[in-house]
Amino acid sequence: MNAPAKINFIQGLHQALDEAMGADENVIALGEDIGDEQGGGIFKITKGLSAKYGRNRVRSTPISEQAIIGAAVGAAITGMRPVAEIMLMNFVTVAMDQIVNHAAKLRFMSGGQTNVPLVIRTTTGAGVGFGGQHSDMLEAWFAHVPGLKVIMASNPADAKGLLASAIEDDDPVILIENIMAYGQTGPAPEAGYRVPLGKAAVAREGSDVTIVTYGRAVLDALAVAEVMAADGVSVEVIDLRTIAPFDEATVFASVAKTRRAVVLHEAVKAYGTGAEMSSRIHEELFDTLKAPVVRVGSSYSPVPFSPVLEKAWIYNQDQIKAAVGATIDRKARG
Amino acid sequence: MTDTGAAPDRETLLEIYRRTMLIHRTDERFRNLLTQGKLAIVYYPVRGQEVVSAAMMTALNQDDYLVTTYRGLHDQLAKGIPLNLLWAEFTGRATGTCKGKGGPMHITHPETGVMVTTGVVGSGLPIANGLALSSQNKGDGRVTVVCFGDGASNIGAFHEAMNMAQLWKLPVIFLCQNNKYGEHTAFAAHTDSESIVSRAAGYGMRGVQCDGNDPVSMYTAAKEAVDRARAGEGPTLIEAMTFRMLGHLFGADFSYVPKELTEAGIAGDPVPAFRERLIEMQVSEADLDAIVAKIEADIDAAVAYAFDSPFPETDELRIDVLAEEIAA
Repeated sequence: MNAPAKINFIQGLHQALDEAMGADENVIALGEDIGDEQGGGIFKITKGLSAKYGRNRVRSTPISEQAIIGAAVGAAITGMRPVAEIMLMNFVTVAMDQIVNHAAKLRFMSGGQTNVPLVIRTTTGAGVGFGGQHSDMLEAWFAHVPGLKVIMASNPADAKGLLASAIEDDDPVILIENIMAYGQTGPAPEAGYRVPLGKAAVAREGSDVTIVTYGRAVLDALAVAEVMAADGVSVEVIDLRTIAPFDEATVFASVAKTRRAVVLHEAVKAYGTGAEMSSRIHEELFDTLKAPVVRVGSSYSPVPFSPVLEKAWIYNQDQIKAAVGATIDRKARG
Repeated sequence: MTDTGAAPDRETLLEIYRRTMLIHRTDERFRNLLTQGKLAIVYYPVRGQEVVSAAMMTALNQDDYLVTTYRGLHDQLAKGIPLNLLWAEFTGRATGTCKGKGGPMHITHPETGVMVTTGVVGSGLPIANGLALSSQNKGDGRVTVVCFGDGASNIGAFHEAMNMAQLWKLPVIFLCQNNKYGEHTAFAAHTDSESIVSRAAGYGMRGVQCDGNDPVSMYTAAKEAVDRARAGEGPTLIEAMTFRMLGHLFGADFSYVPKELTEAGIAGDPVPAFRERLIEMQVSEADLDAIVAKIEADIDAAVAYAFDSPFPETDELRIDVLAEEIAA
């Protein structure tokens, strides 16, 4: 059977896991409900894998986030390559000790004697109607901790390629998946496809303003760029793909060219990764910039339930457009 | 003493004694140097708990895994970390086990199976499951021991880890060293149940309480648990009853421990009792003294090695954060 010409996120992530498990018996998966008897995961990303690779390699766990990440850390320091699933990103709060105090630091604290080649896959995103405890984007927490890598894909091929690279990486990597993007389709990559960690992509070339973003927000940035092109504004979109470590070279090259920048993410704007990106751009390119870097993010409140409030919570394309406009005409800033 | 086939023979007992005295004298030397002002580190004394580790680790192979805590000197020494490397790490030197980046609370030495030492109470248990899971998948026959205190048995990770280990029949031993205090809080003030071991039943797990200060009781419990884990019969919770003869950390007041309890603890000091037991078994005093003399010479050499070693270069800050060196 030929591979379909297009895949969605779920298929991309499934393919990356399947290929990695087929290639290396040290790759194992752990998480709640991920076994076939439990339905292959709530979003079916692991469906069929326990039947194919056995229950020792695809371990459906109790609802025990500390135990899941702890077991993954322990297995990782013996040379296994666990892929732990935390069903929803808010539940990483329960496992923060294992992630922050152990996964992130064991390489350093052991003087390089042990390392933690662990992937934590987790999903989140506003727009599903899950309300406050299932929808947060917490990437800034992890980007702030030395020793962790944080990645987020904007399209299914990148999801596959980033996950494949993360599994092969010798450091702990957190992959954040957006529920709202799971069904989005895109070109299907070949088996063995990789997207390197730490490298951003120029998702659209432009000459007037750079939007630095990642994940689902890349699509919004591209949509805004398309609209603004009709108005004669040429927007370049940088898809970071890896949030930490931050690909300064690609971002700085783009902003040095356009001399204007907007940073955009779904997480709340305050204290977010956008502040770090904005600050780095200012520090490096202050004399080059024609305008201050503008941030766009979501409201500084918990994600609400009511659809009207939820829609108002998340950034929107008008805000992105206004931010781009503000870097061009500073007097127009709201 | 019941004859289970797990009781230590004479040679094994002497090995446990050697490790007991290695711990006892190393701990003593650390405290002496701290008292004299020749060393300034945060130090968690292990006085009183020597036999627990000495007996437990003697029941293991060198390639079996160990996870321990900030009060872990006795576990690390008993598992076999070379003295020079351990002293160098405790004093922050580049020649230490972890290049001086870990320190006393974060000792790792995979060659002797010491995979993680954690400063976070109770957090080692879930990691031990992962080590054991790896052994189970690989079929390498290794057993994992995770050490913790009575205080750690009240954090959530304890319960999550116990449940998971029993569910998956992991080759792991949960060794609770019940030294009667969680930091400054007495056992009865942090736990209303009679014991920690009674919790094993709640997970369907085998639980054994033993006298951690008695080398035969401790070794027998340890050996049985190791044999069962290696045979694929799953985890054991061992509650080794012992007593922390000094404060939570060296130099800190521990008047919160009632005088009677301290007196009883001193009366039950496992170190002289062990020596007397060996003498009753017709081991000569000269042989026992020779064991200690060798240990003292080794400690002298290790202290000199550590103090003569350089501190790490500041470039080390950029190394071992990630696999690739990070930017300054």
